[in-house]
Amino acid sequence: MAQTDIIIHDEKDNVGVVVIEKITPNQKCNCWIMENDGSVTIDSKNEIPLGHKIAMIDFKEGDTILKYGHDIGKVVKPIKKGEHVHVHNVKTKKW
Amino acid sequence: MEIPKSFLGYKRENGRVGTRNHVVILPVDDISNACAEAVANNIKGTFAIPHAYGRLQFGADLELFFDTMIGTGKNPNVAACVVIGIEPKWTKRIVDAIATTGKPVEGFSIEGSGDIKTIMKASQKAQEFSQWASEKQREECPLSDLWISVKCGESDTTSGMAANPAVGNLMDKLEPLGVHLCFGETSELTGAEKVCATRGATPEASKKFMKTWSDYNDFILKEATNDLSESQPTAGNIAGGLTTIEEKAFGNFQKIGSRKFIDVLTPAEEPKKGPGLYFMDTSSAAGECLTLQAAAGFNIHLFPTGQGNIIGNAIEPVVKLTGNPSTAVNMREHIDLDVSKILKREMNMDQAGDELIKTTVRAASGRLTCAEVLGHKEFIMTKLFRSA
Repeated sequence: MAQTDIIIHDEKDNVGVVVIEKITPNQKCNCWIMENDGSVTIDSKNEIPLGHKIAMIDFKEGDTILKYGHDIGKVVKPIKKGEHVHVHNVKTKKW
Repeated sequence: MEIPKSFLGYKRENGRVGTRNHVVILPVDDISNACAEAVANNIKGTFAIPHAYGRLQFGADLELFFDTMIGTGKNPNVAACVVIGIEPKWTKRIVDAIATTGKPVEGFSIEGSGDIKTIMKASQKAQEFSQWASEKQREECPLSDLWISVKCGESDTTSGMAANPAVGNLMDKLEPLGVHLCFGETSELTGAEKVCATRGATPEASKKFMKTWSDYNDFILKEATNDLSESQPTAGNIAGGLTTIEEKAFGNFQKIGSRKFIDVLTPAEEPKKGPGLYFMDTSSAAGECLTLQAAAGFNIHLFPTGQGNIIGNAIEPVVKLTGNPSTAVNMREHIDLDVSKILKREMNMDQAGDELIKTTVRAASGRLTCAEVLGHKEFIMTKLFRSA
């Protein structure tokens, strides 16, 4: 089994979580989808540390981030597939 | 793995079972802390639980204060209790309520006699209690005598991937054995509240949950002076990769596995509907939440952490687990169980749940937890509003 670099909770999710110390730009990453034991790969665009999220698709402003198969916030700056997803480009819909 | 069927606990007079055998010196109010601590210093095998409140509280805030103090004394992890307050009336109210359990309890008031004479009289009683409790032996008890509370802290994305679902796996395996279970953290379910409400075992439980969540959320929005994304998620959460309260909430929610909650408890309220999962209305601040759960009678606590929260509790042993490989190494003295192998897919959730059950049973049977060995005895009162 190849090393898992990224875990995706649910097959509906459009972000994954880095589970190695960090991924570097232009790294081909192995992703494991927990829900259905599936696998995909993605090319990273940024350095992303352990526990932080990577975009699995291109997002435009106003799009919804899905994790655990649920809405966890809105995109406030366009994000390209493979880029770091965090507080600089995503905000809560709650507060 | 075969799940252990029993643990070694202390059988109490009222039929409940303790995982610890504490003799507690309980001050009723802030100004009685000095006296309580002097008694605990005199008499080995006892400790004081100092706190900041107990004066000029009123209404619902005063009632929660009494529920917290009384519940702490009644908890089966407490073998016996000396209560010391400035005035006799409130001291007696707490003593009488603790005495309904049948455990040894005695109250002392300082007004009119001063610290020194009170310390002497209370020390004599504490000595008697300490020596009496020291002869109590652990006996084999079924797992259904475990009352397990859970709360996560300094969470990060590994909490939602590994440590929290490991707790959920334990709940899925232990609930059918008749264990009492409790989760809380009303504000940290924000974003997942509608999904959480669907986990009520009855329409009444679901409705009660939504009302509790809405009331807390209305209070937060009323008192908020700025964008709450500064404090929820916390700076530690954000460093660990959590971006929004919704993401934190869905991670938090993994702790209950696929269980349904049978009732919603007010802060510090003792569960009365028998074994099963309960939701308690609590703050998400670890010290406050654990103090309320212990006051409701829970006798062991599971605490998943990501970035490394170090919380303990005065009377309830706190078992800490993490799925974050850096935390497991850098803060190893705080971590009772490392489940970070889940991230490398070298451990599955079923195995993690089994390991957690083993760790929990060992701690319940007397193995000191990391938080206990490191001296963490947090006891934090939930204050509903200002004192008069």
